[in-house]
Parts: sequence; C-alpha cells; structure tokens
Amino acid sequence: MIKVDINKTLHGASGEMDLTINLQIKEGDFIALAGQSGSGKTTLLRILAGLEEAKGTIQIGNDIWLDNKKSLAPQKRKIGFIFQDYALFPNMSVEENLLFVKKDKQLVKRLLEITELSQLAKRLPNSLSGGQKQRVSLCRAMMNRPKLLLMDEPLSALDPAMRTKLQNEILLLHKEFGTTTIMVSHDPSEIYRLASRVVVLELGQIVNDGTPKEVLLQTSGSQKFSFEGELLEIIQIDVIFVAIVAIGQQLVEVVISEYEAKNLKVGESVRVSTKAFAPTISQ
Amino acid sequence: MPQTLDLTPFILSFKLAGATTIILLIISLPLSWYLSQTKSKIKPYLEAVTSLPIVLPPSVLGFYILIIFAKVDLAFTFIGLVIASCFYSLPFMVQPLQSGFEGLNKNMLEASYISGKGKIETIVKVALPNIKPSLITAIIITFAHTVGEFGVVLMVGGSIPNETKVASVAIYELVEIMDYSTAHIYSAIMVGISFLVLLGVYIFNHKQRKYL
Repeated sequence: MIKVDINKTLHGASGEMDLTINLQIKEGDFIALAGQSGSGKTTLLRILAGLEEAKGTIQIGNDIWLDNKKSLAPQKRKIGFIFQDYALFPNMSVEENLLFVKKDKQLVKRLLEITELSQLAKRLPNSLSGGQKQRVSLCRAMMNRPKLLLMDEPLSALDPAMRTKLQNEILLLHKEFGTTTIMVSHDPSEIYRLASRVVVLELGQIVNDGTPKEVLLQTSGSQKFSFEGELLEIIQIDVIFVAIVAIGQQLVEVVISEYEAKNLKVGESVRVSTKAFAPTISQ
Repeated sequence: MPQTLDLTPFILSFKLAGATTIILLIISLPLSWYLSQTKSKIKPYLEAVTSLPIVLPPSVLGFYILIIFAKVDLAFTFIGLVIASCFYSLPFMVQPLQSGFEGLNKNMLEASYISGKGKIETIVKVALPNIKPSLITAIIITFAHTVGEFGVVLMVGGSIPNETKVASVAIYELVEIMDYSTAHIYSAIMVGISFLVLLGVYIFNHKQRKYL
C-alpha cells in the first residue's frame, strides 16, 4: 500500500493555493491524474519523486520516504519518472542512456526488444522521432525496476497513432514489471484504456476519485449520449436557431429552440446530449 | 632587423595563460555550477563580484593586488603574475560555463538524480558533455584573454626578462625604445595566433551545434 498525505502551499498564476492530497494507492494500480492545468498534478508527481519539498508523509509499503523528520533524496527512492519532453541525455546513445541508470545489459536488451528499439541502440537521441524518444525514456525509467512509475503527460506531444502504440507498451511494461503507475493525462480515451482509477484534482484538492467509468462517462439520468463542448456561435435561420459547438477537434451543428438560444451565451461550456435516438457508430 | 628573434616573451605568455586557465577551470566549475543552480539571495552579489574585473580598469585591480603582494613577497614574480591573472580572467571562465549550465534542460538533470546519480556524477557525465561548446569557449577565451592582458601584468609583474616579461609587455617596451621592426614582428605573431585560436573555437562550436 502506498500512503500519501501531504500539504504544500503553491504560488501559482492565480495566487496562493494549498495542495492538500490524501491518497491510498494499492500496489500494482494504474492511476490517472486528471484536472485542469495549474491544479497541482505535476507538483504532486514531483513531490512523490522527491524533486520538491512538502510537509506530511509518504509511505511506500514499509519504507518511509517523507515524514516530519526526513525526506528521502530522489536518488534513493528508486522510482521511474517520465517527462513530457523526454529529458534524454543527448551525449549518450540509446543504449548508453539506459546503461547510465544501471549496468544491466540483459535488461537493456529485453527492454529494447519489447519497445522495438533494438535497431536504434547505437543512435543518438537527437536523431530519433518524438515517439522513439519517449519509448527510450520509458525504457530508461524501467531500468531501476521501479516500484513507482511516475509519468507527466508522457504522450501529449505525440500524434494519435503513436499514442496508441505507446499506450500499449506502457501497459505491457506496467504489468510485466509489476509497478504502481501514476500518470498525468488529459486524454479521456487514454485514461479509459490504461487506468484502473482516476483521481481528479482542482485547485490543489481531490474533487473526484473513482474508476474511469464512474468519473469519465458524463451521462446523467437517462441520457445515453453526452459531450462537453464550447458554444462558438448561435445562427438564426428564419425561425430556426442553430448552435455551433466545438467538441474536441470537431465542430457540430445542433438545432435549438428560441428559448434555448436566449439563455445560452457564446463562449460557454455546454453539454450536447440525447436520449431520443440510438446513435450509430460506423467506420 | 634583429639577427635572432627572442621568443621567451611568447613562451612566458603561454605558460602564464596555460597555468591561469587550468587553475581557473578548477575553481570555476563548482562556482559556475553553484551560480547556475542556486535560488539563494546572495547570487546577484556573487555574480557582481565575479564580473568586477570586466568593468574595472586593470590599473585598479593591479593596484590592490600589488599592495597585497608587497606584504607576502609575491610582487614581480611569475607566481604572483599567475595569481593576478586568475583574478583578472575569472569572469571569462565563469560566465560561459554558468550560461552553459543554465541552458541545460532541468528535467534532464533531474532524470539523472532520479536514476540514482549524485551531483558530481551528474555534472561530469551529463552536464559537462552537453555544454561542450560553452566549455571550449570558456577555456579558449580565458587563455586568449590572459595572453592579451597588459595593464595588470605590467603593474604586478613589472618587466623582468624570463620571469615576468610577457609578450604584451615586450611589445610595449619595443615601441618605447622605437624598435618598430621587432614590434611589428611580435605584434604580427600575436594577431596571427589570436586569430587562429578564435577561428578554431568558432569552427568547433559551429560543428558541435549540429549534433547537440
């Protein structure tokens, strides 16, 4: 069991904010940390890694990483950390990046095979694509056989196809090495696919905590089909009002009544939902 | 035109510059690393002090050093000259190293700490290899700047042949005694060497940028 009970005052863009986190995590769990930027997700990861100070306690099994007497240095926590910008060592080849953590050639060979990087072992990081770099970074993080793997938006800089590939590799390594994984992510499909539990932060507090299904499926009542979006424009065509709503990368048109048109403001966050018909899914 | 050209001033200049560069490198690595990583309030004070030799007239620096050296018997000696040059050239070593360290990806350094590596191993194996252009610039500029120094050297070292009479001082004296032809040769050698050294630095850095 991993027990986290910490407190830190942050000086964010919107003034002072208290980060107060009380979490119990089962070993082997895959946790997704969600929430708007500035909610304290990255800071929480950095506190777990020992890169930032905080008050409180962190206990991993029987090991105490943080209490009021001491704070274990990041060097001694044996964690894996994956940064959004990969943070590889540009002066070392792919293989050397991994060996730098631990001189274990067997493990390097195995990790590079799992991630299909064996061919690139001698290459320097700057000659690799973003997806390849992040796979190297993933392998490097596993070299310590970490009990705790921390990932700060590891896939947000990659294109969708590469994301899916890496999601599968992350899941594979998570299971194979039996790590407890905490990943910051904004992507609901990614969270749904990978995580067994979602923790949502808002202004430094946990506001939602549950399975991806409970947290992410935003249908209420008898609604079967519901999307959050931003209202971009309301157009009047004769007596009909059409709302243009941006949902993710898509723009959709929704016919609304005059009454609805009066009460909605452009720029608002709105929910598009239906229960009257069965949506079809096709390729 | 002299029959044989006396090259001792040049040898002395390069000996002085070599010794100064090595000593400054050893001192400046920890200092510039500290300056690049610290959030302490004393940082601007330390930065101001290390940069003083850039703005101070060499005569001011030379005057203070001379007063101190007179008490410890180092004035007009080669060792005294090396110590004085270390003060004079300090910013030229510290500043490129500091900006190199500051330009490093912080996450990369943290990745090294998380990998279980301490500060020293991180500096030697991760930080330094990734600031090679800054490192080479710092070394060469410090060397070149020490070869080119004149005011401090003249005040602290005087002009004792084979001990403190370096190339820049030698040229000054040749002009004073109106031996223009030797002064020409000495000066041309200085211009040639300095140009080649700087050209080498720029070519090296240009090549490095492609890889890093």
